[in-house]
Order: sequence, then structure tokens, then C-alpha cells
Amino acid sequence: MGKIIKYVFYDIVRSKIVLAYTVFLLLLSLGLFHLGGNPDKAILSLLNLVLLTVPLISIVFATTHFYNSYEFIELLVAQPINRSKIFMSEYLGVAGSLSGAFLLGVGVPVLLFGASATGGYLLLTGVLITFIFVAMAFLASVITRDKAKGIGVALLLWFYFALIYDGLVLLILFTFSDYPLENPTLVLTALNPVDLGRIIVLLNLDASALMGYTGALYKSILGSFWGISLALGLMLLWILVPMVSSRQIFARRDL
Amino acid sequence: MITIENLQKRYGKLSVLKDVNVRFEAGRVVSIIGPNGSGKTTMSKCILGMVLPDAGDIKINNQSILKQHAYRSQIGYMPQIGRYPENMKIRQVLNMVRDMRKEVQEIDEELIGLYGLKEMYDKPMGSLSGGTRQKVSAALAFLFNPQILILDEPTAGLDPVSAEILKAKILKEKKRGRLILITSHIMSEIEEVADEVMCLMDGHLKFHETIAALKEQTQENRLSRAIAKIMKEEG
Repeated sequence: MGKIIKYVFYDIVRSKIVLAYTVFLLLLSLGLFHLGGNPDKAILSLLNLVLLTVPLISIVFATTHFYNSYEFIELLVAQPINRSKIFMSEYLGVAGSLSGAFLLGVGVPVLLFGASATGGYLLLTGVLITFIFVAMAFLASVITRDKAKGIGVALLLWFYFALIYDGLVLLILFTFSDYPLENPTLVLTALNPVDLGRIIVLLNLDASALMGYTGALYKSILGSFWGISLALGLMLLWILVPMVSSRQIFARRDL
Repeated sequence: MITIENLQKRYGKLSVLKDVNVRFEAGRVVSIIGPNGSGKTTMSKCILGMVLPDAGDIKINNQSILKQHAYRSQIGYMPQIGRYPENMKIRQVLNMVRDMRKEVQEIDEELIGLYGLKEMYDKPMGSLSGGTRQKVSAALAFLFNPQILILDEPTAGLDPVSAEILKAKILKEKKRGRLILITSHIMSEIEEVADEVMCLMDGHLKFHETIAALKEQTQENRLSRAIAKIMKEEG
């Protein structure tokens, strides 16, 4: 499996998109640290930008990469290699290189200018979000054979999780504001990995004024440690469910 | 060597293979013929595990290959249209596949030499002509000395000289006891290399006979006429 990952890696590095992504993240984080002055503030602004751009780039890049590697996959499938192995190598290759780009682009500035526990959680969140959205991208790509459709589904998923979902949650909270909503809100948050990522970082910043309604709830109900553990566990589930199901579909599909 | 039992495959509503039963022995060249869309490629892809059958079984040396992958080390496959990662060079593609098959000791580079692929090693796959791509596919199929070769319209894009090289190679491998399955539409070519003809029609096995037997049955001395006669009689 290591060998296949190596070739997936080569292919991605050659395409230079990942390099551009690294430079983009690097400029973004350096700029924010220099503008803000206060590193905590910079990390907060960075968090919001990361939660918007990382899912988008991950899901679009992974979907296009999957369709473009079709030839490569076909070549491998005729060899004595297990299909799940081919799939997992593709997944780890893509998610790994995007995480690498993220760690370089955001990690280095954070270490230089804002090294703190919060900075560490920001990096962890970014990597988890990358793995989650690459898994969703692969799910979208194995479900449909048509490249345009696959990318469309991927974009819709991003749109839903990064933009629409928060609106829906607000709408629900507003409509049912006469009822006790602590637990439903908790469940609603668990259903969106982007929100979970936000909570992981925010629970670490002692800035309750900056926390959203959901974040405040997590803190008051679960306490910091349990809140983070639960959120981390849920994010791992968000990686595993789409990854395992897409691997299953890929293993049983005609090529 | 290969036994196919009650093989069935549907794509949605379209039934491509309907209950195919057939057996191929080692040391033979079998030509799979049939009109376009009769299920030839689907059958080869089922043997390769690229297409998963809905029902039936495929056995190689009496072992079912469904949901297996290790058996593919015994198969060399040359697709109808070889598709390769566009930005990889010929050298990289060959090295990559060899890297993944490190356990194979004996490498057969005859076709790489005969086709002069070494001189083109640094050309990216995306810039190759259809014929050159076919040459790479052929070289890859024979590279690991497989027991079984599946060649899907192997000479379709090749120039006459290269086609001759490939035919000579096929006969050479047959002498070494390999089983070679070829799908083709060119009757003269089949007559040159094949021992048996298997004909698929609308997903059914129409006949599977040796060429000599076919000629005798129909009292024709050219294979194309013999097959045309059979089609007419039964149609």
C-alpha cells in the first residue's frame, strides 16, 4: 500500500495545485498574524477563514483528482492488488498531501507567532476537516460516474455544511425559542463537522463572548475536556462513515 | 484452465451476458468473436475482476476467482483502449508496475525491445499516438510472464509490422503452454494465430469449436466463409 501512496503522492505534487494551496494558506496566515497584533485574535480570524476555505479546497480538489486518476486506477485494477487497497491508497495520498499543505501553510506561521494550545487545536481541526471533506469527496465520486455531476455534488455538500447549515440551525433556534433547546442544539451541532471543528478551537479560547450559542452550550453542559473529547470523537466518525461506505461502494462497482 | 459457469451480467435493464458456460485449456489460443456489443469485452473484464458478474462463477485452475485478487498475478491484460496517467512517462509507467510486482523474478522485456520503446522512454503517455500506446499495453501484458493472456483487439491500432511482431509473440507464448484469449474482428488474423473460435451473440454462447472442426463442418477452407455459413444457417 505504501508504494501506491507514493505514486499518488508524486502525481499530486506534480500537479502544483497543492503547492499553490500551501502558498495561499501561508500568505493568509502570515497576513493575519501581522495585521492583528494579538495572536489570539489572529487565530480566531484564521479559524473562520480556515473553516471556510479548507473544506472547499479539499472537497473540490479530491473530487477532480479522483476522476482524473481513473486511468491510474484502471491500470492498477488489472494487477494483483486488492481494490480496497487501491482505494485507501488514493484516499490517504490525497488527504495526506492536503493535510501536509495545511500544516506547512498554517502550522509554520502559528508556531512562529502564536504557539499555544489553541494554535495546536486549530491545526488539529484543520487536518480533521481535510480528512472529512476528502472522504465526502470520494463518496461523491464513487456514487456518480459523471465527472461534472460528481463535482456538482461535492460543491453542494460544501455549500450545505459551510453555509446553509448554520442558517438552518439559526432558523430552528429562532422558531422554537420558547422551548428549552440545549440538547437539540447539541445534536444539531454534532451533525455538522465544520461546527464541531469550531467548537474544538473555541472551547480552548477563554473568550466566551466570541463563542457561538452552540459553543457556549458545549462548555456549560460538558465542560472543556469532555466537550473536546466528544467533539473529536464525533469528527472521527465523520471521517470513518463516508470513507468506509465509499470504499465499500468502490469495491463492489464495475470499472 | 479457465472454467466459466452460468455467467450472467446485466447493466441496468440491458442483459449483456446470459448464462455463458465455457472452458479454456492451457497451451491454446482462443479467439473470441461476435458482433459489437455481444459481450466479449464484458466477459474478459469479468475474468479480470474489473466487472463483477451478477450470477455464475469463474474458476481458474478449479479455484473460484470471484472477490479474489491474487490470481491476477497469472494474467496479463491488454485492453482495447489503453488509458494511462497522462503526465507519466513510458519509463515511469513501466517502472511503477514493476515496482508493484517486485515478487516476479523473470521479466520478459522482448516486446519493449522489439517495439523500440526504450528510445521513447521519456515521452509522456499523453503525447503518444494510439498505436504507440497499444505497444505499451502489449509490452505490459507480456512483462511478467503470465500464464494467461487476455488481449482485447490487440492489433486494432497497430501498423502491419508491429502487428506481425505481436502475432509472432503470441505463437511463441502458446508454445510455452500459455492460454491466450484474443477478441478480434479480423478473420485472417484469427486464422493465423488461433486454435479455437468462441462466438458470442447477444450474450449467448453461439459456438466454441476448433478452427479445423469449423472448416470441416462447413466444407470451406477459409475461416471467414465457414463462419459466415454458420451464421446464415442458424440465422
